[in-house]
Amino acid sequence: MSKESLNLEEVVEMLDGVCDKIIASEPILSEADRNIGDGDHGLGMQRGMTAAKEKLAEGGFPSIDKALMAVGMAMMSSMGGASGAIFGTLFSNGGKAVAGCENFDSKALAAFLKAACEGVQARGKAEVGDKTVVDALAPAAEKAAETEAAPLEEALDSVAEAAESGKEASKDMVAKFGRAKSLGDGAVGHPDAGALSFSLIVQAMRDYVKP
Amino acid sequence: MNKTPKIINDPNACAAELLDGLVEAYDGAARKVGKGSIVMNDLPEGKVALLVGGGSGHEPIYHGLVGRNMADGAACGDIFAAPPPDIVLEATQAVDRGKGVLYLYGNYAGDVMNFDMGAELASDEDIEVQTVLIWDDVASAPPERKEDRRGIAGLVLIVKIAGAAAAAVDSLEELVRITRKARDNTRSVGVAVAAGSIPATGAPTFELEEGKMGVGMGIHGEKGVRVDTICTADELAPQLLEIILGDDLELGEGDEILLFVNSLGSTTQMELLIMNRALKPLLAEKGIKVYDTVIGDIVTCQEMAGLSVSVLKLDDELKKYWNMPCQSVGYSKMES
Repeated sequence: MSKESLNLEEVVEMLDGVCDKIIASEPILSEADRNIGDGDHGLGMQRGMTAAKEKLAEGGFPSIDKALMAVGMAMMSSMGGASGAIFGTLFSNGGKAVAGCENFDSKALAAFLKAACEGVQARGKAEVGDKTVVDALAPAAEKAAETEAAPLEEALDSVAEAAESGKEASKDMVAKFGRAKSLGDGAVGHPDAGALSFSLIVQAMRDYVKP
Repeated sequence: MNKTPKIINDPNACAAELLDGLVEAYDGAARKVGKGSIVMNDLPEGKVALLVGGGSGHEPIYHGLVGRNMADGAACGDIFAAPPPDIVLEATQAVDRGKGVLYLYGNYAGDVMNFDMGAELASDEDIEVQTVLIWDDVASAPPERKEDRRGIAGLVLIVKIAGAAAAAVDSLEELVRITRKARDNTRSVGVAVAAGSIPATGAPTFELEEGKMGVGMGIHGEKGVRVDTICTADELAPQLLEIILGDDLELGEGDEILLFVNSLGSTTQMELLIMNRALKPLLAEKGIKVYDTVIGDIVTCQEMAGLSVSVLKLDDELKKYWNMPCQSVGYSKMES
């Protein structure tokens, strides 16, 4: 499947794929977090995405924005902690920004990521360079804004690449938030676990559109 | 280090099951509300409410500090994870008696984000919420960056005073003022000698070389002031006091304090008492009078080994609220 845009049903399918990807990635996310945090990020994301998958299976979403927001609410409510607040806000805020979109195209992707990034930064107060999810999310949102006229598969390709480089760049950063902060230089060399989660999320979105 | 055997059921159900057990321990005085809150029964109409909360796994805090003249309710998260906003909202609605709700909890990123979102949801329901963050850990940031400090064992003294004040005052503003004063007058420092474990996996929460101690280390293993070779209680006591007295809280001749020696989990009462024995003459030398001593394992991280020392500087007003009796699973006190 190679697509210019997705309808509601396809968005739900894509999100289900995102859930599967993160649930299956629990070991690598936990490992990433053990290097710089307390090692529970993978378990938390797995819990959140399992709840989101159940919500998606219930169905009955009137629109694309509501489906995205439902993922956010399910994650926030089932995870708790900093990750629940951040990833919940990412999907909820991003989802709100695509209200009225009947199709999820590159323009909607750009609006989703812009609002997601703004929401996460407003909630967590992190800037680029602080070794958080923002290091993958902000470049992804920027790339999406640049490619909003391109077909969705092209845009998602570039966005996934931007998120991946952002995640890689987080390896050299000294953490300013969370438990990793207390490691100081000790966390250098390891990527931020949240940035890794986000890069996997956009990879799964890309893989759905361009298998 | 060998994994500590645990007597539990489903390792992923610990937070939910401990909350059920806690509610049972209140024998009808408190109930479970919504997904993960515990709230006192029979809260009188017009009472200013005090809500505490945080991740589970640090029992008896925070949820075990719900009680008479203590917190009115607690929002409980999963193990070591802040409670999500919907739980905070459920707890807020359950404790609100029309006079507003004070959120009092430790200054950790996840807690702040989730309680703030809970407060926004509560405000949509027309419930007035104010927040006082607990940041007593002097080892976690310099005094000019208090908002970067973590909340540790001093929270017990602060919640006790706030709980008494919440039962006595008639406005949220007044409760905020008194609670802030108690918070601003509290300083703590911890020392860790061995990690606790994550109940679901058995993995240690941090690495610490055997025979070493993390001076100023946080309750989840956050970096402290220094890592040294373990020393004796008599050698450690002046080091801990120096860190506390070297902070910006002026303490000297004639000042009265509450002194709290807390176990982080597996450190025994014997060790706490030996530390208390070492601390008292050092305080007396400086003319600092201990008005009341609290010894116990109230702020813990599973089987983490280590202890913390907290000091709260009293004035007449704080003393009045400290002297009120209180009763909770985590801390109780008779009338002084």
